[in-house]
Amino acid sequence: MAFRISSSFGLSRSAASRLGMRMTFPRLSMAARYNSTTTETITVREALNSAIDEEMEADPKVWLLGEEVAQYNGAYKVTKGLLDKYGPDRIVDTPITEMGFAGIAVGAALSGTKPICEFMTFNFAMQAIDQIINSGGKTYYMSGGQVPCPVVFRGPNGAAAGVAAQHSQDYASWYGQIPGLKVVSIFDAEDAKGLLKAAIRDPNPVIVLENELMYGTSFPLTEAMKSKDFVLPIGKAKIAREGKDITIVAHSRPVQFSLDAAEKLAKEGISAEVINLRSIRPLDIDTIIKSVKKTNHLVTVEQGFPVCGMGSEISAQIMESEAFDYLDAPVCRIAGADVPMPYARNLEDLSLPTEETIYKQVKRVLNVQ
Amino acid sequence: MFRPVSSLASTLARTSKTTALFGSKSAIRGFASASLPLRNAGSVSFTLPEDTFEGYNIDTPSREVTLTNEEAINMYTELQRVRRLEMAADASYKSKLIRGFCHLCIGQEAVPVGIEFAISKEDAVITSYRCHGFTYTRGGTPHEILAELMGRHTGISKGKGGSMHMFTPNFFGGNGIVGAQVPLGAGIAFSQKYLGKNACTINLYGDGAANQGQVFETYNMAKLWNLPVIFVCENNKYGMGTAASRAAANSEYHTRCEYIPGIKANGMDILAVRRAIEYAREHCLFGKGPIILELSTYRYGGHSMSDPGTTYRTREEVQHMRSTRDPISSFKMRLIESGVATEEQIKSIDKDAKKMVDQALAQAKQDPEPPISDLFNHVYAPGTEVPSLRGRVPEETHYFNQ
Ligand SMILES: Cc1ncc(C[n+]2csc(CCOP(=O)(O)OP(=O)(O)O)c2C)c(N)n1
Ligand SMILES: [Mg+2]
Repeated sequence: MAFRISSSFGLSRSAASRLGMRMTFPRLSMAARYNSTTTETITVREALNSAIDEEMEADPKVWLLGEEVAQYNGAYKVTKGLLDKYGPDRIVDTPITEMGFAGIAVGAALSGTKPICEFMTFNFAMQAIDQIINSGGKTYYMSGGQVPCPVVFRGPNGAAAGVAAQHSQDYASWYGQIPGLKVVSIFDAEDAKGLLKAAIRDPNPVIVLENELMYGTSFPLTEAMKSKDFVLPIGKAKIAREGKDITIVAHSRPVQFSLDAAEKLAKEGISAEVINLRSIRPLDIDTIIKSVKKTNHLVTVEQGFPVCGMGSEISAQIMESEAFDYLDAPVCRIAGADVPMPYARNLEDLSLPTEETIYKQVKRVLNVQ
Repeated sequence: MFRPVSSLASTLARTSKTTALFGSKSAIRGFASASLPLRNAGSVSFTLPEDTFEGYNIDTPSREVTLTNEEAINMYTELQRVRRLEMAADASYKSKLIRGFCHLCIGQEAVPVGIEFAISKEDAVITSYRCHGFTYTRGGTPHEILAELMGRHTGISKGKGGSMHMFTPNFFGGNGIVGAQVPLGAGIAFSQKYLGKNACTINLYGDGAANQGQVFETYNMAKLWNLPVIFVCENNKYGMGTAASRAAANSEYHTRCEYIPGIKANGMDILAVRRAIEYAREHCLFGKGPIILELSTYRYGGHSMSDPGTTYRTREEVQHMRSTRDPISSFKMRLIESGVATEEQIKSIDKDAKKMVDQALAQAKQDPEPPISDLFNHVYAPGTEVPSLRGRVPEETHYFNQ
């Protein structure tokens, strides 16, 4: 496994404008895009860490388990320092036995504690998916509401770089299908902090999908985020950039690609609205409907497989809504290619959406050259 | 794929005598405690140290090992080639020619090489992502392996699998999900039995993987159905950053199934590995069903390229293993002390191994990437594809049979 620290992205312009910051960001190297002396920043990794830390401090029932989470400080260092602070009773290293420890997390959640179960990556959660869905997702219903299951399953989801087919899958639509689960997908530090804290407080099983390639990315640390009660509502999307000509809906890392594409399109006079889904289940279709009624065009972006993906679901829900009548062109789905992830870079590049893919599709949908 | 040295060696291995394999305790001959090698007429005998094997519900193999000089030289050559190959991978990764995960077996070379010298090409092998050594011993060339690591079209998986996913005939990978290869290995043994083959499966997994539930499910079915499978726990003392004893309630991995016999062997000693596998293979081919081997070994490097491998163990520990247990130096000493090879001969083998790998590396670097048209190949068998596979956007959809 990699313990790579990536810092692919600086602060996006739109993120800055959201914050009302009057700054211009020269489009230099990625690293130079954000000048950390001007405002406080926080990486996604640090935001996740502080979310766990604050919730563990506030609620003694919260504990965390997973592979390499304690003594190694986390395979990707998300749980750094927590063993020192909370000790081995609350930060628990497990063997490499996903089905077993996911089941133990569910069992513990059924009976009075609030486990956070880290998967080193969600690829390995496939070993445990029965416990997540059949035990975690259904017990409350099967018990007629008698046995709640306040568990959080979290870890990196989706493609990392150059790790081939078995380590590169996006599970958003898999978990998004399951009644009884809530599912969020994290893009930036604000999402990380607010959604993870919300997930830990939620009385239901919540899947928190993170992205390894975003862990090292810095975002502004706002005053609001510093509050120990900073939670984001699960089920609400965020308009990451306002626009009027077309709506781009994305989650996780592709939100950045969408923002970058929107930036490029703006130079050509095309105003794209970018929606960061944040929540996969429940899906905030109302925000998308509202946006489509304004822009009359919709593009969805995800890294997962196209078949039965998030784009498929969003398209269908739009068809079922009044937004359908507002569409001036068919919805366009951008997704991962329908192949297991190849290792070779040139093939991998063709398997995942980029800023360029989005840029071109937007122009195709709008029928502009 | 033609490699004169190893194919000769495996022929020799196949015809070597394995009669004294069972009931070792009574088989100790005159020079039992002497570790001095005996040498005559082109062959050499060694007595392995007393602590080489431990048995669980089975006698340990004989510690007397005789091999021809040629075999001994071939074994050494293969050990050195595997190490050179891994060193080339290490350097290439550091110069960014290799991406993603890359798990090296430096320190553990006696495992793949020792196994290969105990089995036939008909036997099957399956392992985890730490697979470069096995890919080589199972017939992959250094060029095919390095080209795969660099994502080239000439790679052993055509650039599609990368470091963790390499295959050759009767080598079933190269598997990325910890422990998931273990049931597969038993399935391979099932087919071998079903098809009446005189062959068995070497089913390798790490000390970390040994805790996965499916390993125990597989023990049960393998015994229930008497499958010809040798479970081999490659115990390199750590699963990523977790010491074996922190993950296993019982870290004597050869004793973890009360109804399957087990042997623990020194996995840093190629002769011990070979002898243990010969013994286990005999057991399987005799129709006695599965057996568990634990090979104690050690990885010198980090878990993967991004793990420095120094936060959960001391530098002294690594240094100590390198200087006292190294599978290559110790075998080299044996060859020199027994007069099988001179220092000069060894040096020239080392040089040749390096040259072989350097040439392979140079070639791999020049090779092309896979063609773009390969993206949609190999999702399904040719002629039986689904009608189309979608790309990222509708225009990138690939249609078959058109
Ligand atoms: C099911 C699963 N969980 C976690 C991982 C991440 N992972 C890769 S290798 C590894 C350690 C395995 O250790 P071990 O079995 O001892 O083999 P070694 O790497 O030492 O050869 C882990 C946790 C994985 N690949 N698959
Ligand atoms: Mg190990």
